[in-house]
Amino acid sequence: MIKISNLSKTFQAKKGTIEALRDVSLEVKKGEIFGVIGYSGAGKSTLIRSVNLLEKPTSGTVSIDGTDITSLSKGELLKARRKIGMIFQGFNLLKTATVYDNIAIPLKLTGVPKEEIDERVNRYLNIVGLADKVDAYPAQLSGGQKQRVAIARALAHEPEVLLSDEATSALDPDTTDAILDLLLKINQELGITILLITHEMHVIQRICDGVAVMENGEIVEQGTTLDVFTSPKHLTTQKFVNSIFNHQLSNDLIDTLRNTGEIISLKFIDHSSQEPALAVVAKKFDVYPNILSGNITQLKSQPFGSLLVHFKGEENEVQKAIHYLQNQGIQTDEVIKHGNNKRIS
Amino acid sequence: MEIINGFLDEWGEYIWEAIIQTFQMVSISLIISIVIGLPLGVLLVLTRPGKSLENKYLFGFLNVVINIIRSIPFIILLFFILPFTKLIVGTTIGVLGVIVPLVVFTAPYIARLMENSLLEVDRGVLEAYEAMGIKTKDIIWNVMVREARPSIVLGLTIATIGLIGATAMAGLVGAGGLGDLAYRFGHLRYEPTVMYVTVGILIILVQGLQSIGNVVAARLKKD
Repeated sequence: MIKISNLSKTFQAKKGTIEALRDVSLEVKKGEIFGVIGYSGAGKSTLIRSVNLLEKPTSGTVSIDGTDITSLSKGELLKARRKIGMIFQGFNLLKTATVYDNIAIPLKLTGVPKEEIDERVNRYLNIVGLADKVDAYPAQLSGGQKQRVAIARALAHEPEVLLSDEATSALDPDTTDAILDLLLKINQELGITILLITHEMHVIQRICDGVAVMENGEIVEQGTTLDVFTSPKHLTTQKFVNSIFNHQLSNDLIDTLRNTGEIISLKFIDHSSQEPALAVVAKKFDVYPNILSGNITQLKSQPFGSLLVHFKGEENEVQKAIHYLQNQGIQTDEVIKHGNNKRIS
Repeated sequence: MEIINGFLDEWGEYIWEAIIQTFQMVSISLIISIVIGLPLGVLLVLTRPGKSLENKYLFGFLNVVINIIRSIPFIILLFFILPFTKLIVGTTIGVLGVIVPLVVFTAPYIARLMENSLLEVDRGVLEAYEAMGIKTKDIIWNVMVREARPSIVLGLTIATIGLIGATAMAGLVGAGGLGDLAYRFGHLRYEPTVMYVTVGILIILVQGLQSIGNVVAARLKKD
């Protein structure tokens, strides 16, 4: 649906050239929710703004539903943009217009007939759950409500693709979840493909099917959310994944515990989350598992758990226990000290 | 009461005539100045570096011309452009003769005020409309000017008050008006009452205008 190929963008700044994007390629399949995560300055904003050409890439192509939008004429680009909805961190509503007009004015300007405008405004305000605020002004709405209006405004053009530029970053955690649920609903019920950028792992975890991690204008890792969560390879990815579990042990504690056994990080996916694997290990082998830190979280598709366990016992027995756990489909990793890996997974 | 009646009998006609002349000069030159100044303001915003119609030369040219005109005090401008006035309206005296310098004086001022108002409009909103595939000209009128309306109204209020001040000098080319009345009768013929009344009317006029401007701007502003 969205295919970004070898996209590069350089800015001329006073201090020289800035490479905001370096040879970025990614593909978002139809009906998918795809998230790009990265710290500020990673280039993710430039990336998403290149998809509807708010930012003109220096080289590379972006094609949407098979059309290369980088090669369109001005007029064709206007038409193509109408099929690409976009929502923003700052909502970007007209302050001087009511909720109704905020949705209706862009429709009028894109030549939608009058009767249809009325019908669409009502339909999409219902979908975002703001039908009662039709005459309110943005200043009278909360942040979450403003974002709902912005979502309704985007949906009213009946786009095939929705771009979300940090849409939940300005919202509190509860409102963030409500907006994420709304995006999920839009994706499932209207079949709209969503490409979003965020710096919050929580957003990826909750609604994304696929994820790409960006750093210094490059995609350093990408794949399904599950794969990236369970076996993050790049250091930045590991940091993001750990931000959810936040297992932190002091180096002293690790040293002490190492004398009597091994500290292992266990990751449970799907069904394995529901079996008492540790209890079985304690019975079968001569080891004493001690949970140091643990967390089970819900990915979009399945539960995902991560435990930090100290296995006390003879090395031999500990190895057998670990081997058993691996055979049960649990991913195990030896824990390294802070120096090598700032946080521990 | 008698004093007031006496004063009105003697001066009422002059004062009324002066008010009408001031209104004529202000309203006609204000309308023409808006027609010229607003598009100039839009152009100043759109041609600046990084904006949709970026054009260094046009932007630089407009900037310099506006600054030059804005440097000249009205009393000097009035005489400085006499040949131009003659060329445009065929006369250099009367209400007609003063409209030209008033417009030359006010339009660049309005352009600057409009530029400021338009620059205040949140860039994000403009971008959102660009992302929705809306034409630049539609964005200008339906987003930029619309969102800037409260600020535009306040700017026009300031411009109008400045214009009233400028019309006071119009007497020098025989255009009449309240300033001229105060100068000729109040100062030259030493009729202090006429001076006080004229000043009083001007104060009421300016206060009233500013209040109306504030109320309208507050109405338009929804946050």
